[in-house]
Amino acid sequence: MVMSETADSPLANQAQKSLESENIETGEPKMRARDVDVYYGSKQAIDGVNIDVYTEFVTAFIGPSGCGKSTFLRALNRMNDTIPSARVTGTIELDGDDIYASGMDVVQLRARVGMVFQKPNPFPKSIYDNIAYGPKIHGLAESKSDLDEVVEKSLRRAGLWEEVKDRLTDSGTALSGGQQQRLCIARAIAVDPEVILMDEPCSALDPIATAKIEELIDELRGRYGIVIVTHSMQQAARVSQRTAFFHLGNLVEYGHTSDIFTNPVEKRTQDYITGRYG
Amino acid sequence: MSASTLILLVLGLGLAGWLVARSRAAMFRNASENRRIASLPVYHAWYAALWIVVPTLLFALIWAPISEQLIIQHVLASPAAADLPAFGMQRETLLSEARNVATGATSGVFNQEAAALVEPFEEALFRYRIVGFIVTLLVAAAGAAYAFLRLKPDFRARTQVERAVLSTLLLASLVAILTTLGILVSLVFETVRFFGMVSPIDFLFGTNWSPDPMSSASNPDGSRYGAIPLFWGTLFIGAIIAMIVAIPLGMMSAIYLNQYAPPRVRTWVKPALEILAGVPTVVYGYFAALTIAPAIRDMALSLGVSNPSSESALAAGLVMGVMIIPFVSSMADDSIAAVPQAMKDGSLAMGATQNETIKRVLVPAALPGIVAGIMLAISRAIGETMIVVMAASFAANLSANPLEAMTTVTVQIVALLTGEGSFDHPATLAAFALGFVLFMVTLVLNIIALRVVKRFREAYE
Ligand SMILES: Nc1ncnc2c1ncn2[C@@H]1O[C@H](COP(=O)(O)OP(=O)(O)OP(=O)(O)O)[C@@H](O)[C@H]1O
Ligand SMILES: [Mg+2]
Repeated sequence: MVMSETADSPLANQAQKSLESENIETGEPKMRARDVDVYYGSKQAIDGVNIDVYTEFVTAFIGPSGCGKSTFLRALNRMNDTIPSARVTGTIELDGDDIYASGMDVVQLRARVGMVFQKPNPFPKSIYDNIAYGPKIHGLAESKSDLDEVVEKSLRRAGLWEEVKDRLTDSGTALSGGQQQRLCIARAIAVDPEVILMDEPCSALDPIATAKIEELIDELRGRYGIVIVTHSMQQAARVSQRTAFFHLGNLVEYGHTSDIFTNPVEKRTQDYITGRYG
Repeated sequence: MSASTLILLVLGLGLAGWLVARSRAAMFRNASENRRIASLPVYHAWYAALWIVVPTLLFALIWAPISEQLIIQHVLASPAAADLPAFGMQRETLLSEARNVATGATSGVFNQEAAALVEPFEEALFRYRIVGFIVTLLVAAAGAAYAFLRLKPDFRARTQVERAVLSTLLLASLVAILTTLGILVSLVFETVRFFGMVSPIDFLFGTNWSPDPMSSASNPDGSRYGAIPLFWGTLFIGAIIAMIVAIPLGMMSAIYLNQYAPPRVRTWVKPALEILAGVPTVVYGYFAALTIAPAIRDMALSLGVSNPSSESALAAGLVMGVMIIPFVSSMADDSIAAVPQAMKDGSLAMGATQNETIKRVLVPAALPGIVAGIMLAISRAIGETMIVVMAASFAANLSANPLEAMTTVTVQIVALLTGEGSFDHPATLAAFALGFVLFMVTLVLNIIALRVVKRFREAYE
């Protein structure tokens, strides 16, 4: 039987482990997407996606390259607005409010739904100013000491404080790739968002830096809703509790990570996670 | 046989060599079993042609002055030359007149003394032409022989030809550098002569500028060569007034075009801005002198300024600023565009508005490039001549009032060099000292700007 074949794999074991942390009572979803289509010009990149994102769980998006994971992720905080040809239909709600409604303030939305990119993109400013950037533009800190506090707290949460506390005035771009990525996470945390979207945050990092980020994601879970796009099945199995499998713009399967990896319903999912294509 | 026929001959020989060498190499190729020779026939052809043409042209280049000397010597050795005056203008005139008749440039002589010299000239010209012709052919033959001896199936003609191309390219770039050096050396030379007459202290720190070309050249009054008012005028018009116009307008148009303009607007406005840079500066000069200056004067009058100057620093500076806008905006545009999209996305994803993103991320990240652009613009502005010649005045004034007439370094250079003074007079030599100062300042500005741009590029690679 094919099923047992996957159940015995190390992948499945990891997914099994993350199941333990999953027995939390599920409340209302933080974000809810219904019948979402995304077009680039006349080309459809996402077709009728329904998904719920919970603060309690890390949600992983997996799927072959070009299937629309980034596109859908960017729809969740309206970063697609920056691409002139992109168009989104359907509804995406944050705490029940439609984020594409005309009354929605994109700036407020992005402050609530932050984003970490595939390639670390610290600003060419000091480490301190990188973190202070968001709080400053949103007026989150009353005074310099408030700001200092936010910076320290964010860096601590991102697990970077010990490494950079003596060099806060150095340029953010002078850090290593892994440090830069944690700096970007710290920067996103600093505005105290409700959801953090991460698009392949570890693809430019070595295994040690990756492990640090994964650890960090695990610590942030519960405080922030986290969505992570990844090409690594192992990573999805390690860090997430919900997994969504995308294929050719469709959401093929969405469910408990452990189920997706041990007991996928769809043949396409099965093929993808066993490495038969993708 | 004139120089042009000689050149044609050499090129003809080169072409012949080219064709022969190519067919020879084609023969090699056909003879080899797999049609593989070290280089394509066309490289053999170029190799042979280069060996024929380059040495002959080099020879011709050297031969021209040598033959000239030999001809003169021949003529002077002739008995008719014994009557020539030993030195001076007259001797030169007679010689050149005889020569012109001999070459057929003029038909008859004006001075009878020259007539006797025509014949020796004709003789000498004929003789050395024949010599030149024969040696040219010999050189060509030697070159061809050398090249053809080396043509073999396994000869790496391509490497050789590429080396020749490389040296040509190198030479071409050296020309520009050597010219700059030559300019610098001649400037330095004249400047040193000037400072031999007027103390550099007087020149650099004096505040009275009124050179008098009619004064005694041997004992100039150093206190009339104080260039501070010129430096100030240049700075005030080119680096202050012009930049007050150019920096904000240039920056704002760059930001608009780069970040806000719809593509359709951008495709029209950007070239239009660049056309501004192509307008001849003399046209800006008209505009400044005939339109802006009177307008400013009228405005000053209506504001109650008594007797305002019709050649204000403000008019020249404003127009110069407009001229400089494209420099500032295109550099700023490029450097903003060079900031990675990821940086912008990062800021937008934090919930920053486009405006905040531009102000706090894009412009600071692009700042080195922008600053470099501004420095290039300043160096362009302070070296600008036409606008200020037409719109600024010749009066050296040390004043901070933009409505007053002021003059600049370039205007004074023009004034001094087009004046009456002779070339050993300090009033003329002062132009070189001014030029030297200007050269140094713009050079330093350019070097700093280039360095900044380079560091900036590295930051994103
Ligand atoms: N800016 C754009 N303009 C037009 N089409 C785009 C744009 N960005 C993405 N696409 C197209 O949309 C589809 C989905 O792209 P997307 O980047 O979302 O894929 P992905 O799943 O993130 O892939 P990867 O794993 O390689 O990152 C692709 O076919 C892609 O070519
Ligand atoms: Mg992607």
